[in-house]
This record gives sequence, C-alpha cells and structure tokens, in this order.
Amino acid sequence: MKHSFSKSLLAISLLVAGFVWLQGCKPKGTQSAVSGDAAAKAYVAPGKYDEFYNFVSGGFSGQMSVYGLPSGRLFRVIPVFSVDPEKGWGYSEETKPMLNTSHGFVPWDDLHHIALSVTKSEHDGRWAFGNANNTPRIARIDLKTFRTAEIIEIPNSAGNHSSPFITENSEYVVAGTRFSVPIGNKLDVPINTYKENFKGTVSFIGVDKTSGEMNVAFQILTPGINFDLARAGKGKSAGWFFFSCYNSEKANTLLEVNASQKDKDFIMAVNWKKAEEYAKAGKGVKKAVRYAHNKYDDNTHSATSTIMNEVLVLDPKDCPDMIYFMPCPKSPHGCDTDPTGEYIVGSGKLAAVIPVFSFTKIQDAIAKKNYDGEYDGIPVLKYEAVLHGEVSKPGLGPLHTEFDGNGNAYTSFFVSSEIVKWSVKDLKVLDRVPTYYSIGHLSVPGGPTKKPWGKYVIAYNKITKDRYLPTGPELTQSAQLYDISGDKMKLILDFPTIGEPHYAEAIPAEMIMKNSRKIFKLEENKHPYIAMGEGKTKVERKGNEVHVYMTAIRSHITPDNIEGVKLGETVYFHVTNLEQDWDVPHGFAVKGISNAELLIMPGETQTLKWTPEKAGVYPMYCTDFCSALHQEMQGYIRISPAGSNVPLLFSTGTNLPAVTAPAATEKPATK
Amino acid sequence: MKRNNIVRLTLLSVSFLFFSCNEGVKEEPKPVDIQELTKDKPETHGTEVKEGDITLSTPLDQAMVTAGKATYELKCQSCHKLTEEKLVGPGWKDVTKKRKPVWIMNMITNVDMMLETDPEAQKLLELCLVRMPNQNINTDEARKVIEFMRSNDGEK
Repeated sequence: MKHSFSKSLLAISLLVAGFVWLQGCKPKGTQSAVSGDAAAKAYVAPGKYDEFYNFVSGGFSGQMSVYGLPSGRLFRVIPVFSVDPEKGWGYSEETKPMLNTSHGFVPWDDLHHIALSVTKSEHDGRWAFGNANNTPRIARIDLKTFRTAEIIEIPNSAGNHSSPFITENSEYVVAGTRFSVPIGNKLDVPINTYKENFKGTVSFIGVDKTSGEMNVAFQILTPGINFDLARAGKGKSAGWFFFSCYNSEKANTLLEVNASQKDKDFIMAVNWKKAEEYAKAGKGVKKAVRYAHNKYDDNTHSATSTIMNEVLVLDPKDCPDMIYFMPCPKSPHGCDTDPTGEYIVGSGKLAAVIPVFSFTKIQDAIAKKNYDGEYDGIPVLKYEAVLHGEVSKPGLGPLHTEFDGNGNAYTSFFVSSEIVKWSVKDLKVLDRVPTYYSIGHLSVPGGPTKKPWGKYVIAYNKITKDRYLPTGPELTQSAQLYDISGDKMKLILDFPTIGEPHYAEAIPAEMIMKNSRKIFKLEENKHPYIAMGEGKTKVERKGNEVHVYMTAIRSHITPDNIEGVKLGETVYFHVTNLEQDWDVPHGFAVKGISNAELLIMPGETQTLKWTPEKAGVYPMYCTDFCSALHQEMQGYIRISPAGSNVPLLFSTGTNLPAVTAPAATEKPATK
Repeated sequence: MKRNNIVRLTLLSVSFLFFSCNEGVKEEPKPVDIQELTKDKPETHGTEVKEGDITLSTPLDQAMVTAGKATYELKCQSCHKLTEEKLVGPGWKDVTKKRKPVWIMNMITNVDMMLETDPEAQKLLELCLVRMPNQNINTDEARKVIEFMRSNDGEK
C-alpha cells in the first residue's frame, strides 16, 4: 500500500474492519452508482475542448500528468523528477543539469503534490509547482510551455512531503520535512539518539513575482517531529501557514506503533509574515549547506545547475511568537483551509472525528496565552480554545478536504473508501458517495483557493482491483469524477492515471490555453551550437570531440552523410529543428547508441552525446512522423578505427555513388 | 466532381495518413462527423495578402535583398534551391517570372489558405507531397524575400 500511515494495533484492527466492510458493502458495479445522464456529462465530442485542465501528480513516476475534465483524456505527461527517454529528458546534454543534486545526478523521484500559482489566493495560471518526496526538491513548471523550468533542492531536509503548498500571492512555496534528520556539522550519529540529534525544518522558498525564479529564503528549525501536509491561510489568515505533524513521540523505529501512542499530535501554525520579518531583521543564522539550483533557459534551450552553499535558519527560541502548536487528534494528515481562511480542517487519519479550527479563536488564544504547556519550548494552544467544532462520525480514515464555493467541504476517507460532503459552518454531514477503491487525495477545481469553481470533485484512488480489465499483478491507479453541482454527489466517470496520483489541481482551460506556446522562434535561439539555417551546418573536431551542427526540416537532416569519425572520439549531435510551425517536432536517434532519442520542438536545438564502441556505418533517422516523406528522413554516420586516415566529411545530397574504385574512402563533399 | 474537390480529397487523405501515423495505432477508426471535427477551428495562420498590397520598384532595394537572403538561408534554403532543381519544394529560379508576387507572398505567409483554395498551390502539393510549412515569416519579411527572389532571377 502506498500511503505510509498504518499505525498501532488499533489502527490495524480498524483497517481490517474497514477492509471487511469494504468487501462486504462493495457496490455491485458502476450500474448501481452511475446515474442515467453520466455519459452525457463526461462526454466531450471529438475535436471539442475540455472545460478544465487537471494537473495530476504522478507519485512514484516522478512526473506530472495533464488530463482534460470532464473527459478524463490524458494530454501530456510532463517529465519533472524522473528521466524520460521518450522526450530526451535527463538524456540530452541540455536537460541533464535539471536532475543534478548535491548527491550528483538523480534519475528518479516521487512527486506527490501540486500547487498552482495564485494571486490574491485565486489561480493565475502561470506556474505549477511539484515536490520531490525522496531527494527533497521543488520543481516549477511553466504553464506556457508545459515544461519543467526550474528545480531547487531543499537543504537540511529529508522526505519533502509537506510541500509545495503556496501562499496567497505565490510569495512562497513551502517544504516541510517528513523525516527529521541530524542537522548541522555532526551528521554521523547513532539512530537511537533521535531525540537529542534529529531536527525538522520547514523551508520557505521565495518565488519571484515576474520570472517565477525560486530561492531558499529561510528555514525554520523545529522539533524532531514529522511534517505531513500543509496549507497557507487566505484572507484574514493569509499571513499564516498550517502544517500537520505526526510522531510527536519522536520514535525512530516501528513508527506504526511507536508514533501512535499519543491521543493527539499537532498542527503547527506558522506566522510566516513574522518569520519573514525576523529573516529580514537578521535574526537567522547562516548555515553552511550544499544544494543544487537548476534552471532551464528557453532561449539557450539549455539548463544550468549551480551548487549553493548557504541557508538562513531561524530558530524559534530566537524568534518568539513565530510558531505555535495546536493539538489535533491522532496523527493528522490533511490540513486544509477553507475559502474564507477562517477554518482549518485537520484530518486525523485514525480519528473518529474531524476537528475544525477557527482562525479567530487561534488569534484569541494566542493573545490570551491560553496555552496547554509547551512542546520543546514552543507554546501549545488549548485544543478547546481554538476549536470551531468537530464533525462527528464522518467515516473511517479521513485524509484530505477540499471546498466548493458554497460553504461545503469534501473529505476523502481512505479506510471506508468514500467522499463525505459536509457543511463547514454547522459541521453536518450532507452526503456521502463510495469511491472505487481506497481514495487518497481529492480535488475540486479551485478547491484550495479563495474562489473554487466547484462543479466536480475528483477522487484519486490507490486501488482499482476489479474496476478495469486485469493487467497481471500490477494494476492501474485511477481517478473518478463526480458531479457536485446538485445536492447529491454523482459519479460520472472513471479514468486510469499514470503512476500513482496523489494531489491534483484543476483550472479552467481558458486560463491556460490562451498562453500556450506554439513554437520557439529561430531568431531567438541562443544555443551555442545552433546551426542558423542549413548553410550553417558543419562537423567540427575539437580534441577528441566531434561536434555535429545538424538541422532537421521536413523531410531531411543535414548533414545526412558523415564520415571520418574515429573510435575513441565522442560525438555530439546538436540538432536544430528549423520548422516554425506548431506541432512539427522532429526526433533523432542513432543505431546502437547507449542513450535515448531527442525530441526537438520547432526552433529548438538539442544535443545527443555518443561515444561509439565499434567501427562501422550507423543509420540515424527522424523518430517523429513529420510528413509524407518522414520515412525518407534518414542518414548515415561512419565510424572508423582509431588511427585510420578517413578524412572528416559531411554532406547532404552530394555524396553520390562512387564511379571507380569500390574502396573509395574519400569523396570531396560540398554542401 | 470538380478537380478542386479531388485535390481536396487527396489533401484530406494525405493529412489523415500524417495524422494516423503520428498518433500511432491507438484506436479503431470510428465514423467521425467531419463537420463536427472542423467546426470552430479558427484559421490563425496569416492574413491574406491582396493584389494592391504590394508594389514593386526598380531598381531593387539592396537592403531588402540582403534581408531576404538572410531569411532564405535560415528558413527556406533547406527545401528550395536557387536553381531550377526541385529539392523538397521547387527551385526558385524564375519563380518571379512564373508567379505573381501576391501569389508568392500568400504561399509564404498564408499557406493554409492557399492549399485550401488555390489550384496551382494544390498542384504543387501533389507534386511535392510535403505541405509547404508555415515558417513563421511575417508579411514584411516575405516582401523582402520577394526582393531576394527578383535579384536571384537577374533583376537589377
């Protein structure tokens, strides 16, 4: 199972009970749950556009996928933290630096959560952020190009799970540690000295207003607990951030039992405006660290990776009134703020209630110092003093909550496999629908913003079991679309997803499609190895490197005959796509190359590196069907033994059949 | 059935071939309502250049010839030789004697319209089997390309 939260014997028995329940009450099939007009509601006619883009995390695939709603059609898988040979991501010389870290090149990660950029807590359609859960990083995807534009590593962190949630004007995205780890100079310590040596951090990653460029603005050092999820406040609470925590027991082994001892863990409330002031006022300490900051430039069509050496750390003991703990039952997972910013919903994974906290009451309790003691020197607010109320008997295993624009909340229940709709104000359960099966996250379009668009709730399920044609031991995960425009939630569509979907966001199509980039202009291409037109193609030897300045256009590559490369040399194919029309990429592949292909967009230059190991003639060709003569878009490169005297020649269309000696090794080639 | 329609059909089938190969074998071809498919698709490529929009002057504007040549080398040379020889597209020798400037301009900046409506353009597609691509050249740049073509055809 993919969610890391099974706990204690109680938990296990709950799970077992839930499972039995799930099996026992399993709805008979789609027919029983789907209403008559479901097909019409999810149907988008051929050639018609969907109403929403759905940006879905790929979980262990490390990528971000883009679906249309309500059709559930998959449009694109954006490579983010994992290599993608299909697109050359992590294989081309230009994209390799994007996956560089302080640990070197890391080809895979686990992307859990999406945050779409906001202005005044409303979607602005500029960027999507995603977190790397394993080797802590945050990526920024440019929604003009649907490509990863930037990846920043998070120092002093491990298991970047409570990330990349975003503040009201995209000032910061956050990164909270799921794993506490030793921090500072002494990293090699016995694991069972956890309580003395392990610490958590929550990092605030600044986002430039115009360019979107990220920087690690400051980190807050916290007790060695585990941060799970987070949400920024909105409106009146916009200056605050809320993080759910588990393992207040500070267990370092068998957390399933040992981190489930206490009745309550915490939600940590951070006054980030105050933290920002402290950072500006020099209250932080600069610590030596190493982390990578990788950026992709759409003009040079290349990425750079810079290793950074310093981070500003704020210690709560030097920064009073910056963070508070609120007790929250049973290892809270989701921690979600409603559109008004007044209510914070904690979802204790093993709790029988959903507590809803009031921001006004939190402020009041802080003002009156209405504390229930301290935890590692940090004030703990009294549970009753900050509580708006509890939703009682909502279901089993509450995880996440989203909101519509009408004062309703939608909470996912993993154990009882259902979505429960309830009223935020009076905490009454209004409706419940089953999911198939074991829902994790859920998403309402605009659900985390001040202005939800509502209309649908999408369930992202961990298990599909008998829902689709079987595919051996490994089955697809799935999403399910429910219409929430009426009083009752109605299931209208199932669709399979790539990887394992965790959090997702949906945004009206027109906010994104109008900005979508069609081509890269050749005139703006500043790649150092561009061939600006076919006349500029060439092959150059530099020491033991051979640089091929190549162009691709329907339906030939130039040069398409290359000779004189020798074993021991490394070939760099710098391929420029000379097309300037939308949807005309060219691909490039070479036989036997221990590398991927290139997929080169119009006006772009990309580089494939190859160190041949055997002499011979190697075919190369365009891999992306581009025209009626696509099959003719091919060529040869000849590799000769080291020390051979074959001159370096390259041409297209002029290397004509030898007329005399069959052993002709030389042909004057011109272009 | 008029020739125009035949060409159009050929066009359709060629583009269908293009489309289906590009997409890989994913689903069975289903009966599709073409009207539905093509409805609401705005034509975004270029605006039509009209007869009166272009004036040619003699002698040639050398600055325009130079600029047109630069555009040629970056965006046209891959497919068009300066001789009569056909490469991907026809060679450019004497193109300004065979075609009106307005025809050439539209072919460069407004190729979708031309392939849809112009019999000569459609004939060329049958001959070359590659759609003249939109190379993102604006009207002003295309006018300079005309000047370069005139120079290539020996005008002074």
